[in-house]
Amino acid sequence: MSQATPVPQVNAGGLPLNRTLLLGTACGVVLLLLPLWANNYVLSIGTLILFLALAGQAWNVMMGFAGLLSLGHALYIGLGAYTSAALFSHYEIGPWLSVWLAAAICALAGVGIGALAFRFSISGVQFSLLTIAFAEFTRIGFDHIDWLGGPAGLFLKVQQREHIDLLNLRGPPAMFYYVALMLCGGTFALCRYLLQGRAGYYWQAIRENEDAARALGIHTLRWKLLAVAISAALTGVAGVFFAFYYNSLFPEQVFHMSRSIEIILAPVIGGIGSLVGPVLGAALLTLLGDLSTEVLNALGMEIPGVKQVLYGCVLLVVVWYLPHGVWPALARALGVTREQHK
Amino acid sequence: MPEADLIANVMITGLLTGMVYGLMALGLSVVFGVVRIVNFAHGELMTAAMYAVVLLSASTQLDPLWLMIPMGVVFFGLGYGLQRSVINRFIQRPEHSQLLLMLAIATILVNGLLMGFGPDAQSVQTDYQLDSFELGPLLIDKPRVYAATAAALTALALLAYFRYTTTGKAIRACADNHMGALVTGLPLKHLYALTFGLGTACVAIAGCAQMLLLDVTPAAGPAYTLLAFVIVIVGGLGSMAGALFGGVLIGMSEALAGLFVAPSAKSMFSFALLILILLVRPAGLLGARA
Repeated sequence: MSQATPVPQVNAGGLPLNRTLLLGTACGVVLLLLPLWANNYVLSIGTLILFLALAGQAWNVMMGFAGLLSLGHALYIGLGAYTSAALFSHYEIGPWLSVWLAAAICALAGVGIGALAFRFSISGVQFSLLTIAFAEFTRIGFDHIDWLGGPAGLFLKVQQREHIDLLNLRGPPAMFYYVALMLCGGTFALCRYLLQGRAGYYWQAIRENEDAARALGIHTLRWKLLAVAISAALTGVAGVFFAFYYNSLFPEQVFHMSRSIEIILAPVIGGIGSLVGPVLGAALLTLLGDLSTEVLNALGMEIPGVKQVLYGCVLLVVVWYLPHGVWPALARALGVTREQHK
Repeated sequence: MPEADLIANVMITGLLTGMVYGLMALGLSVVFGVVRIVNFAHGELMTAAMYAVVLLSASTQLDPLWLMIPMGVVFFGLGYGLQRSVINRFIQRPEHSQLLLMLAIATILVNGLLMGFGPDAQSVQTDYQLDSFELGPLLIDKPRVYAATAAALTALALLAYFRYTTTGKAIRACADNHMGALVTGLPLKHLYALTFGLGTACVAIAGCAQMLLLDVTPAAGPAYTLLAFVIVIVGGLGSMAGALFGGVLIGMSEALAGLFVAPSAKSMFSFALLILILLVRPAGLLGARA
């Protein structure tokens, strides 16, 4: 129990093709056809899973691929959300345009923080604390920006929910579900592409041993910054979705540290560094949370905090018994992994 | 520009609050310095202690100052048990694994308190809570003076313990050279648990002192954790004097920012200071240069 456990090798493209293809296609078809029979409640759960999977996948680029532990990803959710929401409510600029700006702002912020940290060779715990510090700093800062509503919040106009206005992302739950599915699928494909290419191998080399990677001629600063930029931009995209899905933004909620922790839970539980991990973790967490709410309601124990205590216990159990997450173990059981690196 | 009297008053308030902060951060710093664990549940342990004070002082009518001794003992035991049964197993795990373990414990603590006590603020009544000492133009709150004195005495006792007792020296030896301590046959697991217990006792006593100054809510836990981190990084991670110095510094900067800018922006200055220190001197003001 006490010996050092290596970080799992990212399972890039190492899956036996047939079974993986079959499972993947089955999951895809179920996800695509879900709105045909699901009611709005099920769709809202599905959308939440996809949102958490998206944000978790984005966070995983930094932590899972490059080994940079960010505990302040709420910063990028918030920056992305506020950028698009402000442009929409002040200038009526739609999300499809503002998402690019949001992603760019987030990437810039990430690169700025990363450049500062890496230039001054801050790593490990100190790096994680720096990410928290920037997120908290921004949270309190946004409380004092009146143009963005300050602590009273920024609200988007909620229009008729039945009429689909895809351009302005106003419409029924099924539309949001499909948008989230598209974003999630796109991010998954992008991460898969990155992981199997040069970037993926460089990142893993840096994660396992940065000095050795540098000695081999990898420009570690540049590749680490790339990881931060991509991770931040994708999280920003998730933030834009957040703004248009929930329609109300408060610095206290959007930027809060609990949001950062919410983001990392899915990939941690699913499996850090794997592509399926964040999606699986998001599904497990959300379903578990919802199931527990149902059970507790049925038992008449609707006390605030019960759900989070349960999350904490799940996290504890996973960290204790499955330090590599649920996916590596599940993949072995399903026979969709070639071999587990030991 | 506020008057000089007001500024002096605010600075003294900040100094006294900072001493309580210092004791709180001392617990975190000691644990990090010796066990090399980043205790993300530190502030949550503090709020747990604060709620215990609320309960005890309501049932026994005792002053929080007197409760410090039993609270310190009980939380020492809690910390010792936590380290011995849970955290010791994670010593050799990668950093992020340890961090997630502490986050899990923190989440359980903070929401357990929410379940038990609800989201509303709870406070303790004392018969001197509105009294103050008058020193010329200065008005200094009595509870703040008592809290700061108790915090300073506890911190001194801990410093003396590490400096003069054999066990204290052994713990410092572990911190200096893990392998060397192991080779000389020091009971590392016991010493780690002892250290975590001492750190938890510190934060419990700081919690008693803080109860004299402020209400407690479950949500305060994560905020205290962050505050303790800011202090410890600013002062120097692993440096005991640094934690105390950082506490006073952050206490004063919070008080002055509250006066000159806005009370709601005060922690923004603390975080700005943290970012600055991390970039310019990542070892902290009093920490050994890396």
